[in-house]
Amino acid sequence: MSPTEVLSEAFELGFTYTRSTGPVVGRFLTGLRDRRIEGVRASDGRVMVPPMEYDPDTAAALDDFVEVGQQGEIVSWCWVSEPRKAHPLQQPFAWAMIRLDGADVPMIHCVSAASEDQLATGARVQVRWAEETRGHIADIACFELAEVAQ
Amino acid sequence: MSVQARDIAIVAFHQSDCQASAGATNEVELIMPEIRAVMDQVGLRNAQDVDFVCSGSCDYLQGAAFAFVAGVDALGAVPPIRESHVEMDAAWALYESVLKIRMGHADSALIYGFAKSSPGELPIVLSQQLDPYYLAPLWVDTVSLAALQARLMLDAGKITEADMAAVVSRSRHNAMNNPHAQLAGEVSVESLLAQQHFVSPLRRHDCCPVSDGASAMIIATVEQAKAWGKPYAILRGIDHRIESHNLCTRDLTESPSTRRAAEAAGVADGAVDVAELYAPFSHQEIILSRALGLGEGTSVNPSGGVLAGNLMMASGLSRVGEVFQRIVSGEARRGVAHATSGPCLQHNLVAVVEAA
Repeated sequence: MSPTEVLSEAFELGFTYTRSTGPVVGRFLTGLRDRRIEGVRASDGRVMVPPMEYDPDTAAALDDFVEVGQQGEIVSWCWVSEPRKAHPLQQPFAWAMIRLDGADVPMIHCVSAASEDQLATGARVQVRWAEETRGHIADIACFELAEVAQ
Repeated sequence: MSVQARDIAIVAFHQSDCQASAGATNEVELIMPEIRAVMDQVGLRNAQDVDFVCSGSCDYLQGAAFAFVAGVDALGAVPPIRESHVEMDAAWALYESVLKIRMGHADSALIYGFAKSSPGELPIVLSQQLDPYYLAPLWVDTVSLAALQARLMLDAGKITEADMAAVVSRSRHNAMNNPHAQLAGEVSVESLLAQQHFVSPLRRHDCCPVSDGASAMIIATVEQAKAWGKPYAILRGIDHRIESHNLCTRDLTESPSTRRAAEAAGVADGAVDVAELYAPFSHQEIILSRALGLGEGTSVNPSGGVLAGNLMMASGLSRVGEVFQRIVSGEARRGVAHATSGPCLQHNLVAVVEAA
């Protein structure tokens, strides 16, 4: 009697393919890897960061890239007193809409601050880069108040 | 419309209780009593007795691809039926069914929506509907996005925190007459404002609860409804519009898509006695009431709305059902139902329901 042959094969649960992010999203993410932030000019002249591939009003393809500043102003914010496990920061923090210098349309990211009373609409914040950048939105580790930033 | 529009009658509706947790009850078991209830209202035996079936659900809530297919088990689809599904709230399954009937491909339709949201962390699950490169990887949750929207409104002086609390107070009061509600009771604006912030500027009560359950509806041509001999209401108009996926290009303090859908659905063509609005956050009810042009003469969310219990993928259909029930009971002559999808009221559907 022959021993039973057990067939086995390694299996990875996930999407085992890579995907191109294209000339607009890819350019933005590559810029982040190099610690630069690039937006795109919309048909009406507004600078949008992160860039959109198509104009939200006219649907025209967009390719007029503009480098913007690494500081900006809080347009709206909320205070997360109990961060969730999936959140990028595990200490109480803020989500904010931040209008970067040179941009017209704000972007959403997190803001690290010691307490809620340090934050206000209109407060100035600046990027804190991740220690290692890899072409991902989380290359911006968070924003922090410009006054207390080094 | 190039073809002659066929009037649509809403003939039956039923909704389950909004449960904080349905426990071991599975989705099929949540759906079956609702389908039986609407079938019994009309006097039908099974899914073979309608021409078309359409459901609304979201596989992300079950955590498995094609999970919606299992929902069909609730129908007993043998012999085969004509069936469709939207990965959306069942209000959009209603929309698809309306098109099917208007095109003359069906004279009747069964619609249902269902979800068990409680097993997952709903605000985090919903973060995966966002932009896949810029937002989803950050896991920005839906409560936080709504809080950003509320702050914009507060900063602009368009609402106060007391206005938000007043919406909650009225919702809980109205929900005392809704046997399916999850949260009901008399709570004063003062006591609500005394609560701590949750995701500031939102307090916990500004956010709808997480609920498990299902709802179902039967619609038909007016001729078919007459043949069935049951009371019905007329779905006079229905339309839906969507805004950009880039939240920061939108004016979040208003809802232009709701306004456009309302114009197309004919909301302004008559008095609105009752309105059921899908506002998962208190400040959003104020945005929606303004976008729909509702005034003093309209009873807003007499069921308590979704702040009293929110059946993901079914609450939109239930808003239409609530209006239908009030019209058939004679409580109202004309009403507006609204459904929403996406972050901060991105996508909105508006329906006008009238007495036959």
